[in-house]
Amino acid sequence: MTEIIVVTSGKGGVGKTTSSASIAMGLARRGKRVAVIDFDVGLRNLDLIMGCERRVVYDFVNVIQGEATLKQALIKDKRFDNLHVLAASQTRDKDALTKEGVERVLNELKEMAFDIILCDSPAGIEKGAFLAMYFADRAIVVVNPEVSSVRDSDRILGLLASKTRHAESGEKRVAQHLLLTRYNPERVERGDMMSIADVQEILGLEVLGVIPESESVLAGSNAGNPVILDTASNAGQAYDDAVARLLGESVPMRFTEAQKKGFLTRLFGG
Amino acid sequence: MGIFDFLKPRAPNSASVAKERLRIIVAQERAQRDAPDYLPMLRRELLEVLKKYVNVDPDAIQVKVSQEGGHELLELSVALPDKPGA
Ligand SMILES: Nc1ncnc2c1ncn2[C@@H]1O[C@H](COP(=O)(O)OP(=O)(O)O)[C@@H](O)[C@H]1O
Ligand SMILES: [Mg+2]
Repeated sequence: MTEIIVVTSGKGGVGKTTSSASIAMGLARRGKRVAVIDFDVGLRNLDLIMGCERRVVYDFVNVIQGEATLKQALIKDKRFDNLHVLAASQTRDKDALTKEGVERVLNELKEMAFDIILCDSPAGIEKGAFLAMYFADRAIVVVNPEVSSVRDSDRILGLLASKTRHAESGEKRVAQHLLLTRYNPERVERGDMMSIADVQEILGLEVLGVIPESESVLAGSNAGNPVILDTASNAGQAYDDAVARLLGESVPMRFTEAQKKGFLTRLFGG
Repeated sequence: MGIFDFLKPRAPNSASVAKERLRIIVAQERAQRDAPDYLPMLRRELLEVLKKYVNVDPDAIQVKVSQEGGHELLELSVALPDKPGA
Protein backbone atom coordinates (compact mmCIF):
# COMPACT_ATOMS: atom_id res chain seq x y z
CA MET A 1 0.00 0.00 0.00
CA THR A 2 1.31 3.40 -0.98
CA GLU A 3 0.52 6.30 1.29
CA ILE A 4 0.33 9.84 -0.05
CA ILE A 5 1.37 12.49 2.46
CA VAL A 6 1.18 16.23 1.80
CA VAL A 7 3.38 18.73 3.62
CA THR A 8 1.42 21.96 3.62
CA SER A 9 0.85 25.18 5.58
CA GLY A 10 -0.87 28.02 3.78
CA LYS A 11 1.76 30.53 4.78
CA GLY A 12 5.10 30.63 2.98
CA GLY A 13 8.50 30.40 4.58
CA VAL A 14 7.40 28.34 7.58
CA GLY A 15 9.53 25.31 6.75
CA LYS A 16 7.55 23.06 4.38
CA THR A 17 10.44 22.37 2.03
CA THR A 18 12.91 21.99 4.89
CA SER A 19 10.51 19.53 6.53
CA SER A 20 9.72 17.64 3.32
CA ALA A 21 13.40 17.12 2.64
CA SER A 22 14.20 15.93 6.15
CA ILE A 23 11.13 13.73 6.51
CA ALA A 24 11.75 12.13 3.11
CA MET A 25 15.36 11.39 4.11
CA GLY A 26 14.31 10.12 7.52
CA LEU A 27 11.71 7.77 6.08
CA ALA A 28 14.25 6.47 3.56
CA ARG A 29 16.84 6.00 6.30
CA ARG A 30 14.29 3.82 8.08
CA GLY A 31 14.02 1.66 4.99
CA LYS A 32 10.90 3.05 3.32
CA ARG A 33 10.72 3.45 -0.45
CA VAL A 34 10.04 7.16 -0.79
CA ALA A 35 9.25 9.50 -3.66
CA VAL A 36 9.18 13.19 -2.82
CA ILE A 37 7.54 15.62 -5.24
CA ASP A 38 8.08 19.38 -5.41
CA PHE A 39 4.68 20.93 -6.22
CA ASP A 40 6.04 24.47 -6.13
CA VAL A 41 5.86 24.90 -9.89
CA GLY A 42 7.61 28.03 -11.07
CA LEU A 43 10.06 28.15 -8.19
CA ARG A 44 11.73 24.77 -7.62
CA ASN A 45 13.59 24.55 -4.30
CA LEU A 46 13.39 21.02 -3.01
CA ASP A 47 16.14 19.74 -5.34
CA LEU A 48 18.51 22.35 -3.95
CA ILE A 49 17.72 21.57 -0.33
CA MET A 50 18.19 17.86 -1.07
CA GLY A 51 21.41 18.45 -2.96
CA CYS A 52 20.40 17.03 -6.33
CA GLU A 53 19.88 20.27 -8.29
CA ARG A 54 22.53 19.49 -10.87
CA ARG A 55 20.97 16.19 -11.76
CA VAL A 56 17.56 17.57 -12.74
CA VAL A 57 17.02 16.80 -16.41
CA TYR A 58 13.25 16.40 -16.56
CA ASP A 59 10.69 17.64 -14.09
CA PHE A 60 7.14 17.03 -12.85
CA VAL A 61 5.53 19.10 -15.63
CA ASN A 62 7.58 17.34 -18.33
CA VAL A 63 6.10 14.07 -17.10
CA ILE A 64 2.56 15.43 -16.94
CA GLN A 65 2.85 16.81 -20.45
CA GLY A 66 4.30 13.57 -21.82
CA GLU A 67 7.71 15.02 -22.67
CA ALA A 68 9.49 12.53 -20.42
CA THR A 69 8.68 9.30 -18.68
CA LEU A 70 8.41 9.20 -14.92
CA LYS A 71 11.47 6.94 -14.79
CA GLN A 72 13.50 9.53 -16.69
CA ALA A 73 12.42 12.33 -14.38
CA LEU A 74 12.87 10.63 -11.01
CA ILE A 75 16.23 11.49 -9.46
CA LYS A 76 17.71 8.80 -7.27
CA ASP A 77 19.27 10.14 -4.10
CA LYS A 78 23.02 9.61 -3.74
CA ARG A 79 22.75 8.65 -0.06
CA PHE A 80 19.71 6.35 -0.09
CA ASP A 81 18.83 4.49 -3.26
CA ASN A 82 15.28 3.92 -1.99
CA LEU A 83 14.69 7.69 -2.12
CA HIS A 84 13.66 9.51 -5.30
CA VAL A 85 13.02 13.17 -6.02
CA LEU A 86 10.70 14.62 -8.64
CA ALA A 87 11.67 18.24 -9.19
CA ALA A 88 9.27 21.11 -9.83
CA SER A 89 9.20 22.75 -13.20
CA GLN A 90 10.38 26.31 -13.57
CA THR A 91 7.68 27.10 -16.09
CA ARG A 92 5.67 30.24 -15.54
CA ASP A 93 2.56 28.54 -16.90
CA LYS A 94 0.20 28.40 -13.93
CA ASP A 95 -1.93 25.76 -15.60
CA ALA A 96 0.92 23.32 -16.15
CA LEU A 97 -0.39 21.12 -13.35
CA THR A 98 -3.74 19.47 -13.94
CA LYS A 99 -5.75 17.25 -11.65
CA GLU A 100 -5.73 14.43 -14.22
CA GLY A 101 -2.00 14.81 -14.81
CA VAL A 102 -1.17 14.76 -11.10
CA GLU A 103 -3.40 11.75 -10.56
CA ARG A 104 -1.73 9.88 -13.41
CA VAL A 105 1.76 10.49 -11.99
CA LEU A 106 0.66 9.47 -8.49
CA ASN A 107 -0.91 6.28 -9.84
CA GLU A 108 2.24 5.45 -11.74
CA LEU A 109 4.31 5.96 -8.58
CA LYS A 110 1.95 3.59 -6.78
CA GLU A 111 2.55 0.98 -9.47
CA MET A 112 6.28 1.41 -8.87
CA ALA A 113 5.58 0.22 -5.32
CA PHE A 114 6.70 3.26 -3.38
CA ASP A 115 5.69 3.04 0.28
CA ILE A 116 5.31 6.77 0.67
CA ILE A 117 4.77 9.64 -1.74
CA LEU A 118 5.55 12.94 -0.05
CA CYS A 119 4.15 16.09 -1.66
CA ASP A 120 5.90 19.37 -0.83
CA SER A 121 3.17 21.99 -1.26
CA PRO A 122 3.69 25.57 -2.40
CA ALA A 123 2.43 28.36 -0.16
CA GLY A 124 -1.01 29.83 -0.59
CA ILE A 125 -4.33 28.20 -1.34
CA GLU A 126 -4.14 28.39 -5.12
CA LYS A 127 -4.04 25.58 -7.63
CA GLY A 128 -0.59 24.20 -6.74
CA ALA A 129 -1.41 23.95 -3.05
CA PHE A 130 -4.83 22.50 -3.86
CA LEU A 131 -3.39 19.80 -6.12
CA ALA A 132 -0.65 18.94 -3.62
CA MET A 133 -3.26 18.13 -0.99
CA TYR A 134 -6.06 16.81 -3.17
CA PHE A 135 -4.99 13.15 -3.34
CA ALA A 136 -3.45 12.96 0.13
CA ASP A 137 -4.18 10.23 2.67
CA ARG A 138 -2.38 12.19 5.38
CA ALA A 139 -1.34 15.77 5.87
CA ILE A 140 1.50 17.29 7.80
CA VAL A 141 0.59 20.90 8.50
CA VAL A 142 3.74 22.87 9.19
CA VAL A 143 3.15 25.73 11.60
CA ASN A 144 5.32 28.32 13.34
CA PRO A 145 4.36 29.69 16.77
CA GLU A 146 3.33 32.96 15.22
CA VAL A 147 -0.13 34.49 14.65
CA SER A 148 -0.38 34.51 10.86
CA SER A 149 1.03 31.01 10.52
CA VAL A 150 -1.43 29.58 13.05
CA ARG A 151 -4.37 31.30 11.40
CA ASP A 152 -3.35 30.04 7.94
CA SER A 153 -2.91 26.53 9.32
CA ASP A 154 -6.47 26.54 10.55
CA ARG A 155 -7.58 27.58 7.10
CA ILE A 156 -5.62 24.70 5.58
CA LEU A 157 -7.10 22.24 8.07
CA GLY A 158 -10.53 23.38 6.88
CA LEU A 159 -9.57 22.78 3.25
CA LEU A 160 -8.17 19.33 4.06
CA ALA A 161 -11.52 18.45 5.58
CA SER A 162 -13.51 19.62 2.55
CA LYS A 163 -11.48 20.01 -0.64
CA THR A 164 -9.70 16.68 -0.94
CA ARG A 165 -10.51 13.47 -2.75
CA HIS A 166 -11.27 11.67 0.50
CA ALA A 167 -13.43 14.49 1.81
CA GLU A 168 -15.38 14.64 -1.45
CA SER A 169 -15.98 10.90 -1.60
CA GLY A 170 -16.90 10.88 2.07
CA GLU A 171 -15.23 7.50 2.51
CA LYS A 172 -12.51 8.54 4.90
CA ARG A 173 -10.92 11.68 6.22
CA VAL A 174 -7.41 12.89 5.57
CA ALA A 175 -5.39 12.24 8.73
CA GLN A 176 -4.02 15.53 10.05
CA HIS A 177 -0.74 16.11 11.85
CA LEU A 178 0.74 19.33 13.13
CA LEU A 179 4.47 19.92 12.88
CA LEU A 180 5.51 22.91 14.95
CA THR A 181 8.77 24.31 13.61
CA ARG A 182 11.16 27.16 14.43
CA TYR A 183 10.24 26.73 18.07
CA ASN A 184 12.30 28.65 20.58
CA PRO A 185 11.80 27.37 24.16
CA GLU A 186 13.70 30.33 25.66
CA ARG A 187 11.33 32.80 24.03
CA VAL A 188 8.35 30.74 25.12
CA GLU A 189 9.62 30.83 28.68
CA ARG A 190 9.98 34.61 28.47
CA GLY A 191 6.38 34.85 27.28
CA ASP A 192 7.03 36.32 23.88
CA MET A 193 6.33 33.20 21.83
CA MET A 194 3.28 30.95 21.94
CA SER A 195 3.86 27.56 23.51
CA ILE A 196 3.18 24.08 22.13
CA ALA A 197 0.09 23.93 24.34
CA ASP A 198 -1.17 27.30 23.04
CA VAL A 199 -0.91 26.21 19.41
CA GLN A 200 -2.46 22.81 20.11
CA GLU A 201 -5.34 24.42 21.94
CA ILE A 202 -6.11 26.94 19.20
CA LEU A 203 -5.93 24.41 16.39
CA GLY A 204 -7.45 21.53 18.34
CA LEU A 205 -4.74 19.09 17.27
CA GLU A 206 -1.79 17.41 18.92
CA VAL A 207 1.64 18.03 17.50
CA LEU A 208 3.45 15.25 15.64
CA GLY A 209 6.73 16.92 16.43
CA VAL A 210 8.38 20.12 17.52
CA ILE A 211 11.45 21.31 15.62
CA PRO A 212 13.53 23.91 17.41
CA GLU A 213 14.84 27.02 15.70
CA SER A 214 18.35 25.95 14.80
CA GLU A 215 21.38 27.22 12.95
CA SER A 216 22.00 23.70 11.70
CA VAL A 217 19.03 24.02 9.34
CA LEU A 218 20.70 26.73 7.27
CA ALA A 219 24.04 24.97 7.40
CA GLY A 220 22.38 21.83 6.06
CA SER A 221 20.54 23.70 3.31
CA ASN A 222 23.75 25.44 2.30
CA ALA A 223 25.37 22.08 1.68
CA GLY A 224 22.35 20.28 0.23
CA ASN A 225 22.21 17.99 3.25
CA PRO A 226 18.77 18.04 4.94
CA VAL A 227 19.22 18.73 8.65
CA ILE A 228 18.00 15.27 9.64
CA LEU A 229 21.36 13.95 8.37
CA ASP A 230 23.07 16.07 11.03
CA THR A 231 22.48 13.59 13.81
CA ALA A 232 24.29 15.77 16.33
CA SER A 233 21.91 18.69 15.88
CA ASN A 234 18.76 19.19 17.94
CA ALA A 235 16.69 19.97 14.84
CA GLY A 236 17.96 16.81 13.12
CA GLN A 237 17.07 14.64 16.09
CA ALA A 238 13.68 16.33 16.47
CA TYR A 239 12.92 15.57 12.80
CA ASP A 240 13.92 11.95 13.31
CA ASP A 241 11.57 11.72 16.30
CA ALA A 242 8.75 13.15 14.17
CA VAL A 243 9.45 10.56 11.47
CA ALA A 244 9.31 7.79 14.09
CA ARG A 245 5.94 9.09 15.29
CA LEU A 246 4.71 9.30 11.70
CA LEU A 247 5.46 5.58 11.47
CA GLY A 248 3.47 4.93 14.62
CA GLU A 249 6.20 4.78 17.24
CA SER A 250 5.72 6.69 20.45
CA VAL A 251 8.74 8.73 21.41
CA PRO A 252 8.89 11.51 24.00
CA MET A 253 9.29 15.14 22.96
CA ARG A 254 12.79 16.57 23.20
CA PHE A 255 14.32 20.05 22.97
CA THR A 256 11.08 21.71 24.02
CA GLU A 257 12.27 23.08 27.37
CA ALA A 258 14.49 26.11 27.85
CA GLN A 259 18.09 25.32 28.79
CA LYS A 260 18.63 25.52 32.52
CA LYS A 261 20.69 28.55 33.29
CA GLY A 262 23.76 28.62 35.49
CA PHE A 263 23.65 30.07 39.00
CA LEU A 264 25.18 33.43 38.02
CA THR A 265 22.86 34.04 35.06
CA ARG A 266 19.94 33.15 37.28
CA LEU A 267 21.10 35.61 39.91
CA PHE A 268 21.81 38.49 37.61
CA GLY A 269 19.39 37.71 34.73
CA GLY A 270 20.46 37.02 31.19
CA MET B 1 15.04 35.53 35.80
CA GLY B 2 17.42 37.35 38.13
CA ILE B 3 16.70 38.65 41.61
CA PHE B 4 16.98 42.22 40.34
CA ASP B 5 14.41 41.64 37.60
CA PHE B 6 11.68 43.22 39.67
CA LEU B 7 13.44 46.51 39.04
CA LYS B 8 12.76 46.26 35.31
CA PRO B 9 9.37 47.34 34.00
CA ARG B 10 7.21 44.31 33.44
CA ALA B 11 6.56 43.87 29.72
CA PRO B 12 3.12 42.63 28.67
CA ASN B 13 3.20 38.97 27.82
CA SER B 14 2.87 39.09 24.05
CA ALA B 15 2.37 35.35 23.67
CA SER B 16 -0.88 35.44 25.64
CA VAL B 17 -2.06 38.43 23.59
CA ALA B 18 -1.34 36.42 20.43
CA LYS B 19 -3.20 33.42 21.75
CA GLU B 20 -6.26 35.43 22.72
CA ARG B 21 -6.46 37.20 19.35
CA LEU B 22 -6.07 33.90 17.53
CA ARG B 23 -8.71 32.18 19.60
CA ILE B 24 -11.25 34.80 18.53
CA ILE B 25 -10.36 35.05 14.85
CA VAL B 26 -10.05 31.29 14.38
CA ALA B 27 -13.45 30.67 15.97
CA GLN B 28 -14.97 33.35 13.76
CA GLU B 29 -13.39 31.94 10.61
CA ARG B 30 -14.45 28.40 11.44
CA ALA B 31 -18.02 29.57 11.81
CA GLN B 32 -17.84 31.25 8.42
CA ARG B 33 -16.23 28.26 6.75
CA ASP B 34 -19.40 26.22 6.45
CA ALA B 35 -21.56 29.28 5.89
CA PRO B 36 -23.12 30.22 2.55
CA ASP B 37 -20.93 32.10 0.07
CA TYR B 38 -23.12 35.19 0.12
CA LEU B 39 -22.39 36.00 3.78
CA PRO B 40 -19.39 38.32 3.27
CA MET B 41 -21.32 40.25 0.61
CA LEU B 42 -24.39 40.42 2.82
CA ARG B 43 -22.23 41.68 5.66
CA ARG B 44 -20.70 44.40 3.48
CA GLU B 45 -24.06 45.58 2.20
CA LEU B 46 -25.57 45.61 5.67
CA LEU B 47 -22.67 47.73 6.80
CA GLU B 48 -23.31 50.24 4.01
CA VAL B 49 -26.97 50.53 4.99
CA LEU B 50 -26.21 50.86 8.69
CA LYS B 51 -23.62 53.55 8.06
CA LYS B 52 -26.39 55.79 6.69
CA TYR B 53 -27.89 55.87 10.17
CA VAL B 54 -25.19 55.15 12.72
CA ASN B 55 -21.46 55.39 12.80
CA VAL B 56 -20.54 51.71 13.19
CA ASP B 57 -17.19 49.99 12.91
CA PRO B 58 -16.76 47.14 10.44
CA ASP B 59 -16.10 44.75 13.31
CA ALA B 60 -19.32 45.76 15.04
CA ILE B 61 -21.35 43.57 12.72
CA GLN B 62 -21.51 39.83 13.24
CA VAL B 63 -23.38 37.69 10.76
CA LYS B 64 -23.63 34.05 11.60
CA VAL B 65 -25.45 31.05 10.22
CA SER B 66 -26.08 28.25 12.66
CA GLN B 67 -28.10 25.06 12.81
CA GLU B 68 -30.90 24.90 15.31
CA GLY B 69 -33.35 22.07 15.59
CA GLY B 70 -33.15 21.04 11.94
CA HIS B 71 -33.37 24.50 10.43
CA GLU B 72 -30.81 27.15 9.64
CA LEU B 73 -30.72 30.35 11.59
CA LEU B 74 -29.23 33.59 10.34
CA GLU B 75 -28.08 35.65 13.28
CA LEU B 76 -27.22 39.27 12.90
CA SER B 77 -25.85 41.36 15.71
CA VAL B 78 -24.72 44.97 15.62
CA ALA B 79 -22.84 46.61 18.45
CA LEU B 80 -23.79 50.28 18.45
CA PRO B 81 -21.11 52.85 19.23
CA ASP B 82 -20.97 54.37 22.70
CA LYS B 83 -22.96 57.59 23.02
CA PRO B 84 -20.64 60.57 23.25
CA GLY B 85 -20.20 61.60 26.84
CA ALA B 86 -21.73 58.38 28.16
N1 LIG C 1 13.92 24.88 12.43
C1 LIG C 1 14.44 25.90 11.72
N2 LIG C 1 15.42 26.67 12.27
C2 LIG C 1 15.96 27.70 11.58
N3 LIG C 1 15.60 28.03 10.33
C3 LIG C 1 14.65 27.30 9.72
C4 LIG C 1 14.01 26.20 10.38
N4 LIG C 1 13.10 25.67 9.53
C5 LIG C 1 13.15 26.40 8.40
N5 LIG C 1 14.07 27.38 8.49
C6 LIG C 1 14.42 28.38 7.45
O1 LIG C 1 13.25 29.06 7.07
C7 LIG C 1 13.30 29.41 5.70
C8 LIG C 1 12.05 28.93 4.99
O2 LIG C 1 12.03 27.51 4.98
P1 LIG C 1 11.35 26.68 3.81
O3 LIG C 1 11.47 25.25 4.17
O4 LIG C 1 11.89 27.08 2.48
O5 LIG C 1 9.84 27.17 3.93
P2 LIG C 1 8.60 26.93 2.96
O6 LIG C 1 8.90 25.75 2.11
O7 LIG C 1 7.45 26.70 3.91
O8 LIG C 1 8.42 28.19 2.19
C9 LIG C 1 14.59 28.81 5.16
O9 LIG C 1 15.55 29.82 5.08
C10 LIG C 1 14.96 27.76 6.17
O10 LIG C 1 16.35 27.58 6.25
MG1 LIG D 1 8.81 25.53 -0.06
